[in-house]
Amino acid sequence: MLARDTWLELRGRVIFWFSAAVLVVAGAMAAFPGLFARLGPNEGCDLRMSKQGPAPGAVFGYDLQGCDYWSQIVHGTRASILIGLAVTVFALLISIVLGLIAGYYGGVADALISRLTDVFFGIPFVLGATVILVAFPDHGIWAMTLVLVLLGWTTMTRLMRGQVLAVREMDFVVAARALGAGDRRIMLRHILPNAIAPVFVVAMLNVGNVIAGEATLDYLGVGLQYPDVSWGLQLNVAQTFFAEHPHLLVFPALFLTATVLSFLMLGDVVRDALDPRLR
Amino acid sequence: MRYAARRLAQAVPVFFATTFVIYAMVFVLPGDPILALAGDKPVPDQVLNVMRERYHLNDPLLVQYGRYMLGVFQGDLGETFTGQQVSELLQDRWAVTAQLALTAWVFELVVGIGLGVVAGLRRGGAADTAVLAGTTFVIAVPVFVVGYTAQIVLGLNLGLFPTAGTDEGWPASYLLPGMVLGSFGLAYVARLTRTALVENLRADYVRTATAKGMRRRRVVGVHALRNSLIPVVTFLGIDFGNLMAGAVVTEGIFNLPGIGQQVFQSIQLQEGPVVVGVATLLVMIFIAANLAVDLLYGLLDPRISRARA
Repeated sequence: MLARDTWLELRGRVIFWFSAAVLVVAGAMAAFPGLFARLGPNEGCDLRMSKQGPAPGAVFGYDLQGCDYWSQIVHGTRASILIGLAVTVFALLISIVLGLIAGYYGGVADALISRLTDVFFGIPFVLGATVILVAFPDHGIWAMTLVLVLLGWTTMTRLMRGQVLAVREMDFVVAARALGAGDRRIMLRHILPNAIAPVFVVAMLNVGNVIAGEATLDYLGVGLQYPDVSWGLQLNVAQTFFAEHPHLLVFPALFLTATVLSFLMLGDVVRDALDPRLR
Repeated sequence: MRYAARRLAQAVPVFFATTFVIYAMVFVLPGDPILALAGDKPVPDQVLNVMRERYHLNDPLLVQYGRYMLGVFQGDLGETFTGQQVSELLQDRWAVTAQLALTAWVFELVVGIGLGVVAGLRRGGAADTAVLAGTTFVIAVPVFVVGYTAQIVLGLNLGLFPTAGTDEGWPASYLLPGMVLGSFGLAYVARLTRTALVENLRADYVRTATAKGMRRRRVVGVHALRNSLIPVVTFLGIDFGNLMAGAVVTEGIFNLPGIGQQVFQSIQLQEGPVVVGVATLLVMIFIAANLAVDLLYGLLDPRISRARA
């Protein structure tokens, strides 16, 4: 019922269709870069063309290594999308499990989980991530995902716990218990579906934030490394040459911003659609 | 008062646990700082042992941590592996970052709440739409892109602000970096204020106040706004720690010699003591700010402290 209402509300929003369209394109670029890019990653580079601006045959110009910038940027999509989605899915799973346990059982379990959340919430993001990533220099996309999950599961867990606390005492839960439902059944069939909506919205917004965070680490030089291709890495290279060769910064920044923006706007419209009070 | 005491009692173990996690991360993860100090040259075992002994690298981790924390509370952050006092190394740099973070924070607070109120008072109006669109955009653009663009356009091309360095002191040199650093939080503050104000303006107590003939300015300013600021205060409290910790990118762009840059160099040189020193102080600030927020709650909304006590 809720899903149907939400869909009816979403269907009429321009922003929803716009961000969905951007994300479909970005998803296609991540999954099948060959459809969009003329060349493979780091392929067909010509150092003589280094940093050349847009020209016929290379609409986005060339990067520092003289590779076709459009192809490079298309290949950079995968890292951002994959890390953004993977981190959010894992963090969501963690927060559902911990949030349900803490909110439902209360007592010692709640105290332990809440304090653990506080501890990880207090670790500064850039500092924490840099310490771990510098210690393991040969990290790829999955190691990045692990680090970002480690530092990023707390907000959703807190929210999930709060939601469970609010739903736990409702009549339908009491009724289910009176009918003899076990703890697990109550948690998964009754509490979870009624508590998940706001957490899900935050998860959607989180994808955007993770993508921006990953790009920041790449930009600082501690994230993904050559020969990986990512928007953050391209921006890292661009910082030195930005003043004379603005295209190096502008194009990856444009793609990054459009993707992050779409996730944020999607989260926003879904929240509005789910929450009739704001209409 | 009991509420305050309980919050304090919760904050203390969290402080020790968080700093321990960071301590463990810095010193347990692979990479030997003594070997790193020597670069590519081989280090004789004897020297290695003396150095390890001197920096207590052979003790169990918990003992190392305990000794370190004892020092911290006496104002001693230890020394680097090159023999420099960490507290000396950081002294001037703290001031830079603190000024930067404070500038950003005030910017968030004043402009953010201002925009939020303007938007929230006329929901659906032109100003509201502009604020919503603008803040979403600001949140989505990575901070380093905002930074470079602002530096080139406002600093270099228009010459409104100094482009880099701290030569002109506070506030001139810190205005532009502060705005860049605070832009992200500003967007959140504006949105939080707007949402809370919209909800509160529809609340019964606001209708009652209006019905009793109270002037609009007083209804909004005293009644609705005070209640709307609760989530905003939470965010501002948490964000101060984030601003201090997240300044590394902004400091890099505007070449401000703050702790962010120092820490970043130290991590790459495996100067564990500096990293841990800064992290410990950051966590302290972070937890103190959270605590202050919780206590402020009580002032903004007396129900909270009474209910939880």
